[in-house]
Amino acid sequence: MPPPVPAPHELMAPAPPLATAHAAPSAASIPSVTATHEAGLGRIDLRQVSIRLGTGAASFLAVKDLSCTIAAGEFVCILGPSGCGKSTLLGAVAGHLAAEGQVLVDGRPVTGPDQERGLVFQQHSLFPWRTVLGNVAFGLKMRGVPGRERRERALEFIRLVGLEGFAHHYPSQLSGGMQQRAEIARVLITHPRVVLMDEPFGALDALCRLQMQELLLETWARIQTTILFVTHDIDEALFLSDRVLLMSHRPGRIDEVITPDFPRPRRPELVTSERFVHHKRRCLDFLRQTAPAPRP
Amino acid sequence: MDPSILTVAAAKETQPAPSRGHGRRAGWMAWFRWVAWLMRQHYLVRIASVAGVIGLWQLAAQHHVDLGVITFANVPAPTEVVAAGWDFLHSAKLAHHIGNSLFRVFAGFGAAGVLGIGMGIAIGRWRWAADVLLPPLELLRPIPGVAWIPLAILMFPSSELSMIFITFLGALFPILLNTIHGVDGLDRRLEVAARSLGASHWAVYREVILPGAGPSIVTGLAIGMGTSWFCLVTAEMIAGQYGIGYYTWESYSLQRYADIVVGMVAIGAFGMASSVLVKQVGLALMPWYRLRTRQG
Repeated sequence: MPPPVPAPHELMAPAPPLATAHAAPSAASIPSVTATHEAGLGRIDLRQVSIRLGTGAASFLAVKDLSCTIAAGEFVCILGPSGCGKSTLLGAVAGHLAAEGQVLVDGRPVTGPDQERGLVFQQHSLFPWRTVLGNVAFGLKMRGVPGRERRERALEFIRLVGLEGFAHHYPSQLSGGMQQRAEIARVLITHPRVVLMDEPFGALDALCRLQMQELLLETWARIQTTILFVTHDIDEALFLSDRVLLMSHRPGRIDEVITPDFPRPRRPELVTSERFVHHKRRCLDFLRQTAPAPRP
Repeated sequence: MDPSILTVAAAKETQPAPSRGHGRRAGWMAWFRWVAWLMRQHYLVRIASVAGVIGLWQLAAQHHVDLGVITFANVPAPTEVVAAGWDFLHSAKLAHHIGNSLFRVFAGFGAAGVLGIGMGIAIGRWRWAADVLLPPLELLRPIPGVAWIPLAILMFPSSELSMIFITFLGALFPILLNTIHGVDGLDRRLEVAARSLGASHWAVYREVILPGAGPSIVTGLAIGMGTSWFCLVTAEMIAGQYGIGYYTWESYSLQRYADIVVGMVAIGAFGMASSVLVKQVGLALMPWYRLRTRQG
């Protein structure tokens, strides 16, 4: 039976409003997106953070004595080989994993999950039993925002990520890229100080991933928030971030910092420029050194 | 398998029969195609299958077929059953029989639903609940309803309650086990996402765990509804006057063999109808699930 939903590439059609949007980022047309955000918040301080995973004899140190500071409104990527503890670190900042040392957001220690620290996963973490609208409005519902206001603001954010016309679709009716758009809208709607992204575009095909990276940068330009973005894709890290923290293999430490200070707004052509390639080579060299020896 | 074999076979089937005077063969082919077409009309096939079984039963009963291990000498023929069913439909006691049975089944099923879902969620969520509740329940599970009759009579003040207890036992375990399964199988990230979006402890249960385990719970309820009817005859062995199960049992004592089958058919029909009802109500409450199963 043919699926009742058009093929993914057709579904990507509503993307154009975004492509045009960054040409003239009119923040005024979407007032509530920027209005309620408090400026200058979202600084992350990690001091001597160690995280132990597992229990008993099987436990191991996933992150060891890690310290760093991320400024409010900064876009930081953590780049490292698979299993280096970068997702674990994200979990600690989100408040889902207990950590030794100090994890501070705006000077206050993280004690548990909170709306002010939004979390975006790789895929399939939308609630399948809620429509796009229901998913995006979820954070507001938890905050006790009345139904009508919830709906209006959710529709606004659905427009913002280019999902207009899909508000009443269920996640299973959307392509992977569209699901991630909804996921981003769901997290941003509560105006978190910090957005934590765990390989959010890892499951998407190359073209779709590029579109989503641009979308993320456009959205971030409008909503001033700190983004901590975990990836193992060098191009992605360099293209998106203000700073790339290179993490070594278990136990995870930050061994090197690269600052891709390319001007914004950034375009996909950037990845072929000489400076970009120079940074990329440094990242590659680092990853090659730190990667665990391949086992037969 | 060699794919060329398949294509050769397919070609043989689709090629028209050679017209070189093979009239009989062409006739066979046409007949074969007609049968193949008929087999594809699934509803016709299903109806024909049921009709065939009833036809065989009629033949066996009418001719008192004795196969040694099994004899149809005393089995009422379908025509006798239809006549007895017609009488049953017009008997003054019909409403009492059906009403009593429906009440017993639904009371037991309702109690099993509440307890089964409640304990299932607790067992699925908390290790200590699993340790405390699961071992005794696993011990009780294999004990059939019939074995409970004496104790049920001793434990409850009225025979009505004893009967409800037995239909309750019938429904409890499928509901309980499916609920546990549903809660266990829930993607942990959905809960993490909900917590990060500001969901409180109770909101996680209401918004994530209950809907997430929903499809499994509905399956459990539909099976439990069936097994509750399954236990009805057992339960109504205790009954003094009314109930479809009682009617079936009483007919045996009074040697009204056709009535036994009427009771059996009635229980089967009610059991199936109420299972389908539960499933349909469940699907109506979970439009997202219907979409997913249709696509997947």
